[in-house]
Amino acid sequence: MEKFQRLTAKVAPLDRSNVDTDAIIPKQYLKSVKRTGFGPTLFDDWRYLDPGEPGMDHSQRRQNPDFVLNDPRYQGAQVLLARKNFGCGSSREHAVWALTDYGFRAVIAPSYADIFFSNSFKNGLLPLVLDEAIVDQLFNEVLAEPGYQLTVDLEAQTVETPSGERFSFQVDPFRRHCLLNGLDDIGLTLQHADDIRAYEQKRGAEAPWLFPA
Amino acid sequence: MTGKTLYDKLWDAHVVRREDDDTALLYIDRHLVHEVTSPQAFEGLRLAGRQPWRTNTVLAVPDHNVPTTDRDRGIADPVSRIQVETLQDNVTSLGITFFPMSDVRQGIVHVIGPEQGATLPGMTVVCGDSHTSTHGAFGALSVGIGTSEVEHVLATQCLLQKKMKNMLVSVDGKVGPGVTAKDIVLAIIGEIGTAGGTGCAIEFGGEAIRDLSMEGRMTVCNMAIEAGARAGMVAVDQTTIDYVKDRPYAPRGEHWEQAVAAWRELKSDPDAKFDHVVHIDAAGIQPQVSWGTSPEMVAPIGGRVPDPALSGDAVKTRGMERALEYMGLQAGMPVTDIQVDKVFIGSCTNGRLEDIRAAAQVVKGRRVAENVKLAMVVPGSGLVKQQAEQEGLDKVFLEAGFEWRDPGCSMCLAMNADRLEPGERCASTSNRNFEGRQGLGGRTHLVSPAMAAAAAVAGHFVDVRDMN
Repeated sequence: MEKFQRLTAKVAPLDRSNVDTDAIIPKQYLKSVKRTGFGPTLFDDWRYLDPGEPGMDHSQRRQNPDFVLNDPRYQGAQVLLARKNFGCGSSREHAVWALTDYGFRAVIAPSYADIFFSNSFKNGLLPLVLDEAIVDQLFNEVLAEPGYQLTVDLEAQTVETPSGERFSFQVDPFRRHCLLNGLDDIGLTLQHADDIRAYEQKRGAEAPWLFPA
Repeated sequence: MTGKTLYDKLWDAHVVRREDDDTALLYIDRHLVHEVTSPQAFEGLRLAGRQPWRTNTVLAVPDHNVPTTDRDRGIADPVSRIQVETLQDNVTSLGITFFPMSDVRQGIVHVIGPEQGATLPGMTVVCGDSHTSTHGAFGALSVGIGTSEVEHVLATQCLLQKKMKNMLVSVDGKVGPGVTAKDIVLAIIGEIGTAGGTGCAIEFGGEAIRDLSMEGRMTVCNMAIEAGARAGMVAVDQTTIDYVKDRPYAPRGEHWEQAVAAWRELKSDPDAKFDHVVHIDAAGIQPQVSWGTSPEMVAPIGGRVPDPALSGDAVKTRGMERALEYMGLQAGMPVTDIQVDKVFIGSCTNGRLEDIRAAAQVVKGRRVAENVKLAMVVPGSGLVKQQAEQEGLDKVFLEAGFEWRDPGCSMCLAMNADRLEPGERCASTSNRNFEGRQGLGGRTHLVSPAMAAAAAVAGHFVDVRDMN
């Protein structure tokens, strides 16, 4: 997994609450058996005016000029600013793969749906939570100032605006540690293989029906 | 010492080791796998040279991509076909139990787990699918996971989890006649909102929940995720135990007796503390119809489409306005004035035998309305289909002008050929009314099977209680 430490980048504002993972990556693209290549179809139904299918050359499709990611001023954005309950709905990790493949490294929102939140950390995408009032302020600043950038520092747990204003954010220590160091969860868990075997022994004696031969 | 909730008990029984904070490594008893969210996980295992930890906990089935007609011709869409074949290759090479499309036991993963007795009380159940919350109906801890977690569970039999908060949603008293599990859960989501259960495991309790069959409890727990909760659950009682008994993967003999004794403890202690408690009056619940693009946007059948201006919150008002525009509806119009183009009865929410029986009862002796272009029933599994046919229900639907299909996820998410065209309006027994969910530009109204059947017959939404 790619490490996340410190990032200074342009911000794209997506001013909608309850953005669901069907909107982030529509179902027809979930037929892929790969982890990559989802960036061109991120927010497909909102981003393009014509219907999209897997295998198309998406660069040839008609873009919706009213959609934020098609606005030239937000090209190259690596931070997505969003509203509450971002990533609700389906568990599809393809939603996170689409965001990272597009180039996003962090999302800022007042809240996230649980599964999306968890999936993000497994892919080097930092979903950081700021109060609704601060998110409101950031929306106002991004809209007012072309080229607006934020600095996200995971080590210090701060977000810094161009004017030098700093907001701190909370993040689970274990997830922070994994993201800072780009650690593979499975490798970490397998270091505890003896604990897993010991659990199986004990549980198998208590609840043998869960361990059929 | 204060008592434990059902969730606390399930959690404690599965902790392999605690990390420094409130994160723990939880042992997973059952892993359900389908074709959409697993290929990258199996690939990850191969690339890392890892073997699955315990393959006999895994049950795999294709459901999202499978066609619901002309099965003998295979899957026409080559991309879908490759995904289903990839699943088969991945699991058969590892000796994992697999129900192919040709097997009568094939069906939607959340229908077949319980049907086979692969889902048992007291288990931890995971699947790379958010509607895994369904299995909590059995007094199990059951959560939807992402593909990285699918790989993690395959490799380690464990899941790193942060403990959720305890939430109790108590539906007090009895529902009126004609009000179903689907109406109960839509009313709950309407009350607490789509993020009302975020960060929580919801236990559904109260007389109205205890009165439900296992099918009804599964419908309620299925949509816990639509209230933001990764897990929904119902305490074990005799209804649970009677359902599980003699199913193919259920314990037998001495193990059965031992298991039942343990399962009877799977309920919250009387003095257990919940972080959040919500009470809902069952008698006040009417049949529900969703009017918008989020499952919290629901109205009773006797009600009207709400006015966004009255929401009292600017962000919410904008969301409601967008939803009305997308849905092509006007604020203030009666719900019964909404006409439908298509009707879909099926999905992991409402594709079980009880659902099909309820719809058939409404349809019997009636015809699908002229303005309805397509009304279809997609049983949740091959065994549900077989049983319904033994009861003659297929004929009831076919005589009324419905299509009777083969099992799968179908038009709940339209990954196969079953979908809405832009602008088409559907009465659907599924779980999500998101923009484009049932097809680009499609408009979904979530309802119970009986209400979907009534809409098919009337051509618009109608109170099913007035039809008898």
